[in-house]
Amino acid sequence: MNDAPIIAEEEIQKARHPFAEAWEMFRRNHAAVAALIVLILIVLGAIFGPILYATDPFEMVWSPFSPPGEEGFLLGTDYLGRDLASMILNGARVSIIIGLAAAFVSVFIGVSVGALAGYYSGIIEEILMRVTEFFQVLPTLLFSMVIVALFGASLPMITFAIGVVSWTAVARITRSEFLRIRELEYVTASRASGAKDMKLIFRIILPNALPPIIVQSALMVGSAILFEAGLSFLGLTDPNVVSWGQIIGSNRQYILDASYTVTIPGLAIFITVLAISLVGDGLNDALNPKLRQR
Amino acid sequence: MARKTDAAPLLDVENLTVRFAVKRGSGWGHKSYLYAVDDISFAVKRGETLAIVGESGSGKTTAALAIARLVNVYKGKVNLDGTDILHLEGENLRQARTKVQFIFQDPYSSLNPRLRAEAIVREPLDSLSNKSDKECKEIVNRLFKAVGLRPEQLRLFPHQFSGGQRQRIGIARALATQPELIICDEPVSALDVAVQAQILNLLRKLQTEFGLTYLFISHDLGVVQHMCDSIAVMYMGKIVEHANRLSLFNNPLHPYTAALLSAVPSVDKKRRESAKRILIPGDPPDPVNLPSGCRFANRCPVAQAQCSELEPDLKMVADGHRIACHLVDEDAKSPL
Amino acid sequence: MATPLLKVENLRVELTTRDGVVPVIDDLSFELGAGESISFVGESGCGKSMTALGIMGLLPEGIGRIASGTITFDGEELTTASEKRLRDIRGNEISMIFQEPMTSLNPVYTVGEQIAEVLRAHQGLGHKAAWERAGELLDAVRIPNAKGRVGDYPFQMSGGQRQRVMIAMALACEPKILIADEPTTALDVTVQAQIFDLLRDLRTQTGTSIILITHDMGAVAEMAERMIVMYAGRMAEIGPVDQIIEHAHHPYTKGLISCVPHIVSTLTDERQDLTEVPGIVPSLKDFGKNQCLFASRCKYLTQQCTKGRPPSIKFENGQLADCWQAEGV
Repeated sequence: MNDAPIIAEEEIQKARHPFAEAWEMFRRNHAAVAALIVLILIVLGAIFGPILYATDPFEMVWSPFSPPGEEGFLLGTDYLGRDLASMILNGARVSIIIGLAAAFVSVFIGVSVGALAGYYSGIIEEILMRVTEFFQVLPTLLFSMVIVALFGASLPMITFAIGVVSWTAVARITRSEFLRIRELEYVTASRASGAKDMKLIFRIILPNALPPIIVQSALMVGSAILFEAGLSFLGLTDPNVVSWGQIIGSNRQYILDASYTVTIPGLAIFITVLAISLVGDGLNDALNPKLRQR
Repeated sequence: MARKTDAAPLLDVENLTVRFAVKRGSGWGHKSYLYAVDDISFAVKRGETLAIVGESGSGKTTAALAIARLVNVYKGKVNLDGTDILHLEGENLRQARTKVQFIFQDPYSSLNPRLRAEAIVREPLDSLSNKSDKECKEIVNRLFKAVGLRPEQLRLFPHQFSGGQRQRIGIARALATQPELIICDEPVSALDVAVQAQILNLLRKLQTEFGLTYLFISHDLGVVQHMCDSIAVMYMGKIVEHANRLSLFNNPLHPYTAALLSAVPSVDKKRRESAKRILIPGDPPDPVNLPSGCRFANRCPVAQAQCSELEPDLKMVADGHRIACHLVDEDAKSPL
Repeated sequence: MATPLLKVENLRVELTTRDGVVPVIDDLSFELGAGESISFVGESGCGKSMTALGIMGLLPEGIGRIASGTITFDGEELTTASEKRLRDIRGNEISMIFQEPMTSLNPVYTVGEQIAEVLRAHQGLGHKAAWERAGELLDAVRIPNAKGRVGDYPFQMSGGQRQRVMIAMALACEPKILIADEPTTALDVTVQAQIFDLLRDLRTQTGTSIILITHDMGAVAEMAERMIVMYAGRMAEIGPVDQIIEHAHHPYTKGLISCVPHIVSTLTDERQDLTEVPGIVPSLKDFGKNQCLFASRCKYLTQQCTKGRPPSIKFENGQLADCWQAEGV
């Protein structure tokens, strides 16, 4: 028998990791790359800002309503004479942590429900999808307000409240991906190789379903930040920490006299959420194999 | 030749029936069934190749999936080496799976895009055997060579291979657990013609090398004629004719088989000029509301009154030649 | 052949890809007579479909363009024709049917409406007349109970019937040329045979020329008088079908014929390995190189093959093969 490789003439490609390829695609989306840089700066600011700029955000350091730039306060002071720059930096920590944690909670719930509903047809799918629909029709802000009002406005509870009302979109995306992928031949191939249910769900199907879920989760971080801002604005917040929404909420009476006290945290939220959305958009391009073929 | 020819067949399928519930009609609790595979029986000898041919909707792929226990079977037995594998569970099922492996039609969707080639070939070993990491690696290396791939391709991802190379990976995966029976479901129909020849030659080479038994599902009679020792023709879930290669191709008895054969375009001028095309007008009947009698009767050029009244049995008419047609007798003469 | 209906000379079609501009059709010349049937054969990615799109003026916008050469249809130059004129010709004088009968019909309109629409647009028929003609056309493509089925939606028809509807649409304006791009690949063999019969009969009835694009030598043998074998954007061989099948002068043509297990009139016990054409079609970035592009897969390879593009060798019987070794093959 002829042992020599029969396909000698075919070009052999170099092994490249999918991550390298995804980065290649991501790099072509200039807006996403710029947004990623902005996002990294924001995260760095949230981590190191309060250390390098060690003014206590709760302390009254100057007379109230000092406009930005005057008396050495870069962003001015609020109605209690607190340093806005310090509040923004400290608030970034809280906003971003809540954003990430709440997105994590909703992705965790959403992926679990969606994966099980998509993999098992029949009664399990029916029950899980009815539950999903139930959560979908709840007025989200009202429901999370009820949770926070009932169980107290601590950071973990706020995170949980946001996560629990926003997982349905992830569940739906996960389920539809599972429904599509479970019919593909490589899943049948794994079944023919004796793979068990849990292996099929988490090791075979889930990794292939990830791209749209990742994109959705990125957007989820942005919407969780907005959600937290909304709750804080209504006063449903932990009084012992600053967050961007809370700054806006507490200064809202003075919007006409000292508009910068509301505008600056508003801009912070706007820029962060926009950056996250653009990165999410870039991820969508990078992880979409159909675009990669071009 | 490493072929063993035992008296007892390796695969013996008895009265296999697969049905799917279809939502149709009115009223609650009213379920209709589509019998995708309806009471088929056949056997394959060790080291031989049986083809199941038929057009879309004939049930050939469902039959293959059922034998590999990838769809639920409604009735029947699938004996592999004397053991009915349809009722195995747990460890016994794992053992049976090592003996029956599957090669899929579409080399693009049958490989997990997130896994490297070596991991794909290894998957059955990881799931089904208790071999050490080192042993697994050795097996994978050996199989890669056996199917004509190069060692430096082990760490590539599926999209970095051409269609033919991908199908080679699929074949290596099917060989990993040293199976006895390999079910090939249209293994070349998604490939370019020149690549088809490469894969078909490889499959034949591996068959002699490893003493494999193939169940070969195809719609391409040219390929079947080249690959198989015997052929079962399916129409609407039933086997209508089953014979060895020579008698089926040189003396097709069932009008459907004859029509199928005459429909294949040929480069052979002699055949083109001599053979009469047998036209079968119309469409197959609704698979949910099957007519009484022969399922082919409404398109059959020689149908008679009895054909639409009584369903013909699959009966033996000559040495190993089985046919389900009222118009064929013991003399094995074509009714056309 | 007096004046050919369609004359393509030195056609070069370029495609802009990530690796730069590549000639997907490289110096292609052929003629098609009125009522003639010609077939393009080759593996996928060899430029068969691109030729069809080039003739139709349907190259992917912004990516593909005709770089040089001429396409003369019925005395009229198509490469320089206006978009309006091309629109007029498409569907009216040259029409095309595609591989996928499932996706080439619009699912929200009845088949009758879709055929009538073509008739109204190109032939200026009124509503009623167009509708009636649609029924006649469905009857002509042998859809049973055609009058009763003009009101059917595409999903109510089988794959074969949908392809018949596509043929009816393509023939609605009695085109001079019908281009069929792998018309039966998605269909079962018995249905394929019916579609081929239909195309053959329609050709003798209406005198339409047919360009059949396929990878199946059997289909070529049954359907066409002449064939053009394409490889990597270039013509490998052209000539009468029976002659080429009998004796091909290009190694690629030879390989394409002998690598497929054909059904023969009498089968014997003997089974040899299929002749392999090793490797695959080169990637786009190698198209257009000044050498024989088939060289890496060829068993007749000599040094000459990689040094320059092979010339067309003309044989007395009308065959033309682009190969340095054509006489020896």
